Amino acid sequence: MQEFLEFTLGGIATGMIYAAIALSLVLIWRGTRILNYSQGGMAMFTTYIAWLVIRDTGSYWAGFAVALAAGLVLGSVLEVAVVRPTENKPPLNAVIVTIGLLILLEGAAGIIYGGQYRSFPAAFSIKGLKAGSIGLGISPNDVFTAAAVLAAALILALVFRYTSVGLRLRAAAFAPAVARLLGIRIGRVLTLGWALAGLFGALAGVLVTSSTFLYPNSMDSIFVLGFTAAVIGGLDSPLGAVIGGIVLGVVLSYAGGYLGSNLVLVYGLAALVLVLMIRPTGLFSSATVRRV
Amino acid sequence: MTESAALAVEDLVAGYGGVTVLEAVSLAAQPGTITAVLGANGAGKTTLLRTISGLVRPRQGRILIDGANLARRRPEDITRAGVAHVPEGQGVVTELTIEENLKLGGLIRRGSGRGAALADAYQRFPLLAERKRRQAGTLSGGERQILVIARALMAAPRVLLLDEPSLGLAPRMVTQVMDLVRRLRDDTGLTVLLVEQNARSALAIADRGLVLNMGKVVAADDAAALSADVALRRHYLGF
Amino acid sequence: MTLARHLGAAIVVAAIVVLLSIQLSAYRDYQLAEVAAYLVAVAGLTVLIGLSGQISIGHGAFMAIGGYTSALLLTHLGWPLALILLASVVVSAAGGALFGVAAARLRGPYLAGATLMLAVALPTVADQYQHFFGGDQGLSVAITTPASLGATFPPTRWQAWVTCASALIALILLANLARSRVGRSWRAVRDDEVAAALSGLNVARLQVLAFVVSAACAGLGGALLAVVTGIVAPGAYTLTLSIALLTAAVLGGLGTLPGALWGSLVLVLVPTYLTNVGTSHGLSSGASSSVPIAAYGVILIVVMLVFPAGIQGGLRRLFGSAVDTPPALSRWRVPFTRSAGTSPPPPLRPPAQGRENQEEGPS
Repeated sequence: MQEFLEFTLGGIATGMIYAAIALSLVLIWRGTRILNYSQGGMAMFTTYIAWLVIRDTGSYWAGFAVALAAGLVLGSVLEVAVVRPTENKPPLNAVIVTIGLLILLEGAAGIIYGGQYRSFPAAFSIKGLKAGSIGLGISPNDVFTAAAVLAAALILALVFRYTSVGLRLRAAAFAPAVARLLGIRIGRVLTLGWALAGLFGALAGVLVTSSTFLYPNSMDSIFVLGFTAAVIGGLDSPLGAVIGGIVLGVVLSYAGGYLGSNLVLVYGLAALVLVLMIRPTGLFSSATVRRV
Repeated sequence: MTESAALAVEDLVAGYGGVTVLEAVSLAAQPGTITAVLGANGAGKTTLLRTISGLVRPRQGRILIDGANLARRRPEDITRAGVAHVPEGQGVVTELTIEENLKLGGLIRRGSGRGAALADAYQRFPLLAERKRRQAGTLSGGERQILVIARALMAAPRVLLLDEPSLGLAPRMVTQVMDLVRRLRDDTGLTVLLVEQNARSALAIADRGLVLNMGKVVAADDAAALSADVALRRHYLGF
Repeated sequence: MTLARHLGAAIVVAAIVVLLSIQLSAYRDYQLAEVAAYLVAVAGLTVLIGLSGQISIGHGAFMAIGGYTSALLLTHLGWPLALILLASVVVSAAGGALFGVAAARLRGPYLAGATLMLAVALPTVADQYQHFFGGDQGLSVAITTPASLGATFPPTRWQAWVTCASALIALILLANLARSRVGRSWRAVRDDEVAAALSGLNVARLQVLAFVVSAACAGLGGALLAVVTGIVAPGAYTLTLSIALLTAAVLGGLGTLPGALWGSLVLVLVPTYLTNVGTSHGLSSGASSSVPIAAYGVILIVVMLVFPAGIQGGLRRLFGSAVDTPPALSRWRVPFTRSAGTSPPPPLRPPAQGRENQEEGPS
């Protein structure tokens, strides 16, 4: 029973990381129909920047803040410089370009920081919490992780619903042609979408890297699991991204706990293929599949 | 005539890919008038509006809005110059509420103007005020048409391009919409370019009429004169 | 007739390779063998992407399957080399069939994501069953030069012969396939899936077949590479490998077999050069080995933005149609798409290229 509790809570905590990545993917997909394969690479890169700041200033929170800001900047720059030129080209081009970005970021990180595994600090204690004498399987840092992602998602939801920026973002996602006719500069809105995606990716990166090591490929597996979470929830749905993340985190936690933890990625692959075969549009998407 | 016109088009040539749809089309719409753009399916009426609003890039010709040539500019810029285009099929954003749709139209205004524009819209269209929190997808065809016109007005345009507003509407709604357009011209001095299949209703409220056939202008005259020309009506307009 | 032409060309090439391998130093023979091994894998991938319109960023996984199969067979059963290579092809083809069937209905970014996941997930299997797969250390692969060639025959030359012969056979088969009805069907599906289905083609079966063929090629390439490098380990089959294969296919020219050759040459010759550039500029060895990785990224981005038809496309433009035609990259559809921008109402018929156009209506 204690095991079950630990697996559940631990799964939720990890699931929030997947949710953050999934949110970044949804943010970009909704507005541009591009899947950003470099999202993990962007997150890794901003985490390296955080690492540098923490090393030089000794302050975790300074690094945290700089990483988030760097995520905003990196997202905007990449959209304008590399992704915008693929706008009117076939979709295959955008896929290959974002893959190119991924590997470029990994290579650049290796060149700048070297390829060795580095340790990255956690914001809070990583000792397991207990309720009385029952181990809960999560630490204060895990709680912070989940809270941070939830808070960010909540703020995003509020921005979407109640601000004119949010209205622009939603219009650009639902009906870009109409929005252009109403005078909305779609290009700037798309850049903003990428900036926000970069922010969420950066958040995921600094939160998760304390429990692994920091190296150029450190976000690869997190990314594919975040992608799986996005697919589960439906690539069109931010709410689906969060729920998909939690569901995936918990399911993989059980699978890894009861079946052996080395093969978590294989279970994730199985989950992905299963979802894509049964309900490819995900649990929450409103998009319909076009068939003849 | 083009000097005083709110909207003028000179020798416009436009099309898609290898196909030319508009061949040297010219027109001049005076401020505060309704110009009906008529003709059969495929004559180029929709393409004309899309070229004026910037969705289609013209190959040749000028588009003058209050005297300034805005051909080849992007739709966002042309809208900000005071041209509102309500496309065929309305373009209601069904995932948003009525109020959000309206607000969307007002986004290009400065912050202070937006609130006033919204209040104006609710005053002029009490139907929308009643249902402002409802999802726009729940509206009927006629209500949607009213919504998109109201949305277009949020930006306080000087020129309104209306593409087939009567499409798919019951006759009673068609009358309501046409009435609305007429009142807008009377009350606010709006210049309207009205593309319509339903030539009879359009000519009933229009000041001028333009008849297109195969991308060329075959007739341009006062609306009354066009209505009286039985041969023309029978040949090009179907009534 | 094409088969005869291909065989003739292959014989000429084989003769050249033999002469070359004798002239070249042992190190260059080793590189020749590497090029041949990658060539097989890249050729399969370029056929998958360029001809059948499916993307894979996970073909490193199929190379791993082929490599580990040959290593295990060699270690435990000691089969002759030809049989081992054949077995690697069969096993990888089976893996390709399995994945292909599961992914048959996936398109665009969903398929790419699934293959990405395959690339990242599969190496972890070696960690789970360490005893069998040799864990992080991997398994060694050692083949012996046949006695009939004499005791002083350089093993690198033998490896070059084996790999080049395998590559030639694979290329002939691929070339014939590309020109056969299957190849034409692939192109039809790539260009317009709905029209192809309506005209009676079994789209799912064709897509799975393309996966099987490309996975088989990757498996053979993996087995050959294992023979050449002498080892299989999880570290040899990283995501970087899958992306490197993609880079080679894209740079060379998607869908063209000569393009696969240009890409493989770059894949083998350029990284060492770039790493050396890195070290000569004072980078640590870890950092300088990342230079080629960054270079792959730059290549992918620049090629896609500036000359999507790749090297072969450029050659074709210079030398005319004597050279293979790279397919148009415009025929690739994204599922569940709503109009992502303004597009004109189709005056005549719906356009079949680029992002899906959902606006229809009278003009």
